[in-house]
Amino acid sequence: MSRHTLSVLVENKPGVLARVAGLFSRRAFNIHSLAVGPTEHDDISRITVVVDVDALPLEQVTKQLNKLVNVIKIVELEEKASVQRELLLVKVRADATQRSGVLEVVNLFRAHVVDVVPDAVTIEVTGGPEKLSALLVALEPYGIREIVQSGTVAIGRGARSITDRALERVSRSA
Amino acid sequence: MDQGTTPPAPRAIPTPRGATPQPPATHSVVPVEVTGAESIVRSLEEVGVEVVFGIPGGAILPTYDPLMDSTRLRHILVRHEQGGGHAAEGYASATGKVGVCMATSGPGATNLVTPIADANMDSVPLVAITGQVAAASIGTDAFQEADILGITMPITKHNYLVTDPDEIPRVIAEAFHIAASGRPGPVLVDIAKSAMQTRTTFSWPHEISLPGYHPVTKPHSKQIREAARLLATARRPVLYVGGGAVRARAAAELRRLADLSGAPVVTTLMARGVLPDSHPQHLGMPGMHGSVPAVLSLQKADLIVALGARFDDRVTGKLSTFAPHATIVHADIDPAEIGKNRVADVPIVGDLRDVITDLVPALEKEHAQHGKPDLEAWWHQVDDWRLTYPLGYTETEDGLLAPQHVIQRIGELTGPEAIYAAGVGQHQMWAAQFIRFERSNAWLNSGGLGTMGYSVPAAMGAKVGEPDRVVWSIDGDGCFQMTNQELATCAINDIPIKVAVVNNSSLGMVRQWQTLFYESRYSNTDLHTGHGTKRIPDFVKMADAYGCVGLRAESPAEVDDVIKKALEIDDQPVVIDFTVSRDAMVWPMVAAGVSNDEVQYARGISPTWDRED
Repeated sequence: MSRHTLSVLVENKPGVLARVAGLFSRRAFNIHSLAVGPTEHDDISRITVVVDVDALPLEQVTKQLNKLVNVIKIVELEEKASVQRELLLVKVRADATQRSGVLEVVNLFRAHVVDVVPDAVTIEVTGGPEKLSALLVALEPYGIREIVQSGTVAIGRGARSITDRALERVSRSA
Repeated sequence: MDQGTTPPAPRAIPTPRGATPQPPATHSVVPVEVTGAESIVRSLEEVGVEVVFGIPGGAILPTYDPLMDSTRLRHILVRHEQGGGHAAEGYASATGKVGVCMATSGPGATNLVTPIADANMDSVPLVAITGQVAAASIGTDAFQEADILGITMPITKHNYLVTDPDEIPRVIAEAFHIAASGRPGPVLVDIAKSAMQTRTTFSWPHEISLPGYHPVTKPHSKQIREAARLLATARRPVLYVGGGAVRARAAAELRRLADLSGAPVVTTLMARGVLPDSHPQHLGMPGMHGSVPAVLSLQKADLIVALGARFDDRVTGKLSTFAPHATIVHADIDPAEIGKNRVADVPIVGDLRDVITDLVPALEKEHAQHGKPDLEAWWHQVDDWRLTYPLGYTETEDGLLAPQHVIQRIGELTGPEAIYAAGVGQHQMWAAQFIRFERSNAWLNSGGLGTMGYSVPAAMGAKVGEPDRVVWSIDGDGCFQMTNQELATCAINDIPIKVAVVNNSSLGMVRQWQTLFYESRYSNTDLHTGHGTKRIPDFVKMADAYGCVGLRAESPAEVDDVIKKALEIDDQPVVIDFTVSRDAMVWPMVAAGVSNDEVQYARGISPTWDRED
């Protein structure tokens, strides 16, 4: 099994996320993470799905996704040819005696403190999965109280845009 | 992997959001002020619907009012929504047109789930229109509310929820386009009652804009050339033809390819009739209950050209041992079918009629350059199997009718122009084996989902679509009891189908498995409908109660007489109760999960053949 990141351009319509997520579960494909949001085009949303599958099931996943009427385009983003980020918010126990230690970790990881109370700080950090897990290991001794993490979002490196090309295809039919 | 680089040019311009409505397509459709309900009826008329099978109820009621005034739509009131759904399937499968069914919200809609799933598995073009509770009530667990959009998402090609009446014409136009094009399938349109009751403007869209839906129909010429090259050089080729050939209306093209290639042809359960059974190269049906020549020829083939077939487990048996020596050419309109079960050496995505139309001249060119391949040794082998293992059956030992004989005589006395709709089980397999099919769309059955109860309503729908043809429902006593309420629909609406109940007083296929694999322990398969039982129900009396002619045959001498009598009646539905032996079994058989190499010609009899070379 290997990890693959798919960018799925879909029509911005109600229920599309349910169609995509439902397809993964009923074809017995495991989603590792999923993120959805708007794009630079009002009519198109972008779903980033990270899946753990072998090559052959992956081909079947993309073919099945392509059969969904609301799916416009699917692109696999190779790790080396793309920027992939997750957002992590973590609340750490930190009273006056521990705070400077926590802040040192925050600086080392180029993270930010977004909330402080006398006995805790909340830290925001973005990065790839390795960076985020390294940060959590470093914070572990202080006492992690709560974690919330986004799915991976990914974008190809270079000047080209996958949405442009998808839209070109749509408008070529004119 | 960029999945988006090869689709063909889309057909239509996407309408920008907020754009003004498109001008009407034809002079007949001037934008008019109507209710949403009227807009539904107008849209169905505009898209060319002739027949709707349905039942009204609370949430769909507003639509039934203008439906009453429509002169172009015939609505047939069924007795159960499942019957309406299968009737629409039968109509679609017999005519090639899109079948339409209609139901109310909640239980009306959920009763359509089985036929929708059935249509999805067998690629039947179907549009289901369901009422939904008022938009403001959605999500409140209102009376007769069910999330039919969510429920049918996995079993439809696409589905819609409409709460804005302005969307009705566009959505219905899209629904029919999606159902009928590409790989056909079911589309559900769920419409809120409030949308039906609101004023709107009806205007028919003159274009369809689906930026994510572009079925590939034209095959890649390089792949066609490669397929032709393989077909011209293979020593043991087999054409493996599936239901896609029927849906693509490719019978004539297929015939040319069969003649030109000289290769043996097998037609799956879904494809029976697409190549006439009388064609000399036709080996019959492959798979679990396929003919020995069909099963073994695939096992021994060095080339399989799969045309609109999907390597279903009932065809391949244990997949890892299926056709071990064969190179695979796989042509299908659905790219997801290619490589799903068996890796394709030459994948061809396209409409099967276009694929074969291109393949024929490509193969002629190969023949012209390199001569026709010598298939004599292959045919010698295949003919040897045909001679040694013809289809047949043994007479019964209990003096009751042999079901195979009954079904065979129905086919022989009625002929190939009729339509035969089967249920699911032993009778279905015998019908697929012992009726001689000579044309496409003459054989209707539930192949993928295996829906007991399909037959009677499907026959009803077929008869509505093809009123001049004789339509037989070949049913079992188990299946018949699941949907026979539609006999009332047939009797009242002048739909004179003929039902042959192959009555072995049991759930025969399950019983067969209990005989073979469960030490003859017959757990819950006895139905008490046949010979020597209380006959509950008595199918002859039941037919009479439903306004049908009821007949019965219990001895071989009576079989032809009752069939002829049924064929003479054309103004009433007929039900014939054929009391057959319950010990008859379907042979040949490949047990589930077992290699096709282990096909048994009859119980305990395996063909002798060389598995190694």
